Amino acid sequence: MESSLTKKKEKIGVFVCHCGRNIAATVDAKRVVEEILKHTAVVHAEDYDYVCSDPGQELIETAIKEKRLTGVVVAACSPSLHETTFRETVKRANLNIYKCEIANIREQDSWVHEDKEKATEKAIKLTKSAVEKVIRNEALSPVKVGLYKKALVIGGGIAGIRAALDIADAGFPVVLVEKKPTIGGRMAQLAETFPTLDCASCILTPLMSAVAHHPNIKLLTLSEIMDVEGYVGNFHVRIKKHPRYVEPDKCNLCNECVDICPVAVPSEFDEGLSLRKAIYIPFPQAVPSSYLIDIDACLGTSPLICGKCAEPEVCGPEAVNFDDQEEIIEEDVGVIIVATGYELYNPTNLGEYGADVYPDIITSLQFERLLSPSGPTEGIPKRPSDEKIPKKIAFIHCAGSRDERHQPYCSHICCTYSAKHALIFKELVPDAEIHSFYIDIRAVGKNYEDFIRRVQEETGIHYTRGKVSRIYEQNGKVKIFGVDTLLDKRIELEVDMAVLALAMVPSPAIQDLASKMRIQIDGNNFLQELHPKLHPVESATSGIFLAGAAQSPKDIQDTVAQASASASKALGILTQEKISHIPTVATVDEDHCSGCNLCISICPYGAIKLVDEIAHVEEVLCEGCGACVSTCPSGAIDLRNHTDEQVGVMLKALAGEI
Amino acid sequence: MNELVERVTEISGQNVYSCYQCGNCSAGCMFTDEMDILPHQAIALVQNEDESILEINTPWICASCFVCSVRCPRGLDVAAIMEALREIKIRERGFIKVDLRKVDIEKLPQIAITAAAQKFTW
Repeated sequence: MESSLTKKKEKIGVFVCHCGRNIAATVDAKRVVEEILKHTAVVHAEDYDYVCSDPGQELIETAIKEKRLTGVVVAACSPSLHETTFRETVKRANLNIYKCEIANIREQDSWVHEDKEKATEKAIKLTKSAVEKVIRNEALSPVKVGLYKKALVIGGGIAGIRAALDIADAGFPVVLVEKKPTIGGRMAQLAETFPTLDCASCILTPLMSAVAHHPNIKLLTLSEIMDVEGYVGNFHVRIKKHPRYVEPDKCNLCNECVDICPVAVPSEFDEGLSLRKAIYIPFPQAVPSSYLIDIDACLGTSPLICGKCAEPEVCGPEAVNFDDQEEIIEEDVGVIIVATGYELYNPTNLGEYGADVYPDIITSLQFERLLSPSGPTEGIPKRPSDEKIPKKIAFIHCAGSRDERHQPYCSHICCTYSAKHALIFKELVPDAEIHSFYIDIRAVGKNYEDFIRRVQEETGIHYTRGKVSRIYEQNGKVKIFGVDTLLDKRIELEVDMAVLALAMVPSPAIQDLASKMRIQIDGNNFLQELHPKLHPVESATSGIFLAGAAQSPKDIQDTVAQASASASKALGILTQEKISHIPTVATVDEDHCSGCNLCISICPYGAIKLVDEIAHVEEVLCEGCGACVSTCPSGAIDLRNHTDEQVGVMLKALAGEI
Repeated sequence: MNELVERVTEISGQNVYSCYQCGNCSAGCMFTDEMDILPHQAIALVQNEDESILEINTPWICASCFVCSVRCPRGLDVAAIMEALREIKIRERGFIKVDLRKVDIEKLPQIAITAAAQKFTW
């Protein structure tokens, strides 16, 4: 084997990166260079401070040209970080990108070891192993495939709206799918937004209207993703559209149906603080601008039972349609943006805070509705138990956040929105006494610190540093057990109402959706970005992007910025004529395939089919994971540039046998 | 690691450095009126390797009701830390009013030694 390779006269160059002290403190880069130069195929080796820098890449380019290198190994950080960088470098010097390999001597070596001698030995072996691999790598070209120049956006909150509008404005069709009857999301429920105190509706509803009228946007409300197949550029999506029972085109919003409907249930939009009918519109500015029937609450269509809303004298335009059916809609799209948003952490889980037992211990979103001029109390903050205006209220920060028993992370927005609540409340109830129990004030964002200062100065709010232990109601008062850790005293405070700044949690549907789309979720059930700095809006699946609070707790400003970033990345794909697919895919040795089907059942991408009793790999679907290779009992499948021969010789190099 | 912190960690199984001084233990504690310092301050003294904690009555007032442990957002068993402080005081500083010379202190179960101490010393 060795002799046949020397005949090919592979000339390999090796570049060992110091990564500042990241690698050099634990690995003797000079020794790696010395040792690797002893390899018969290595004709050039050098070390450098930061090989990824411009001068570092220049070294590679120069060496390829001057020494006519046939392959390059960069011993540096993880390939997930800079493999693309260095492959682009060798490409500039007219070397095939698959003749560049990375030896990971940082994450897999210097960062996890302390003994410099042993770490250096390991670095030498890792580098040697990469040299053996690159010698045997084929020069490959990417597979080119066409794409659907259309985007799917999942979630119609501010993130999904912004992303959909950006893509639609750039001239590409967008399918916007929303589970609820209207778009607008959480932002539509808000009274005012920090730090500018813009009225949320005033800045959101024009965008909702723009979505409704945009010629490039197809809006599907009451709709859910059933399944997603395919790959970047060629996703096939099935969407289930639940019946609305009211035809939006005919409905003229006359309200007669609502007046006659005998059923009242708690309003989701008002967070249960008001009632709505079984036929309803979530809020007056909802898009689509139409009523719908909550069929679970509706008494029934039979005239014997009810059916009043459908009578011609009630619904003149005959918009009510009890025969409306569930629809399955199929779409082919090139890119997908996931913007499924957040919910508040269920306060029932916080038994000691009593929100599920006592009426005047409410959630921050409920308080937001109480402050909203379009809310259940028309913007006059009345407490739920007796509709009196509370004079003394307390805001409880970190209700479920930064708490190992609940959500360990900081929910990012609660400090600032609680301050906003205090400010709006003080304007409405000037003689109010306001307490705020916090652990740390984390007002991180442009102008937020100024905003907190303004609230402190204008409201005379009593900020008490210390987490609250218990809240309950007694004799019409809300009692709080707290502590002032700065004054070293325990506090028992009586207030008229308490507002819990509950943790933000991702929409529970995200788990199911993520598995359908083969994207990852993190330890806290938020969507996992590919890399926090290099690929902050990309999922691990090419062509699927993330935006908004589904990815991490964030405020509207960051959400909108991330949505536009996702749209921009999506447009980067939609504007291509062809997209490239990795050529390092599985190949079948047809002479050895027994047609046993095992590879088909193991392939997570559905990339293998049986053609004339022989396994056939659809290259554009194959992601090169190698599952089929290790499954095949006949050893008939190999992965390009990860062949059994290559893996074997790499292992030998790692074991010190070469 | 400092000796005090090491002993507390060994006895209680808790990492005192995970406390972020939110004060929840103090907020829920029913006996703070009788304490020299609040429970979260006691933890801060341990974090700061301050042996004056062993001269303070807070661990002794603690009734082991476990409200602090149940509600600690960092999942610390605060009551176990209080117990550790009591045990350190008894075993290593000889502070005790019960005559335990007749028994082998090293072999006496933790719960017995502290229960006896609590009963007879305060």
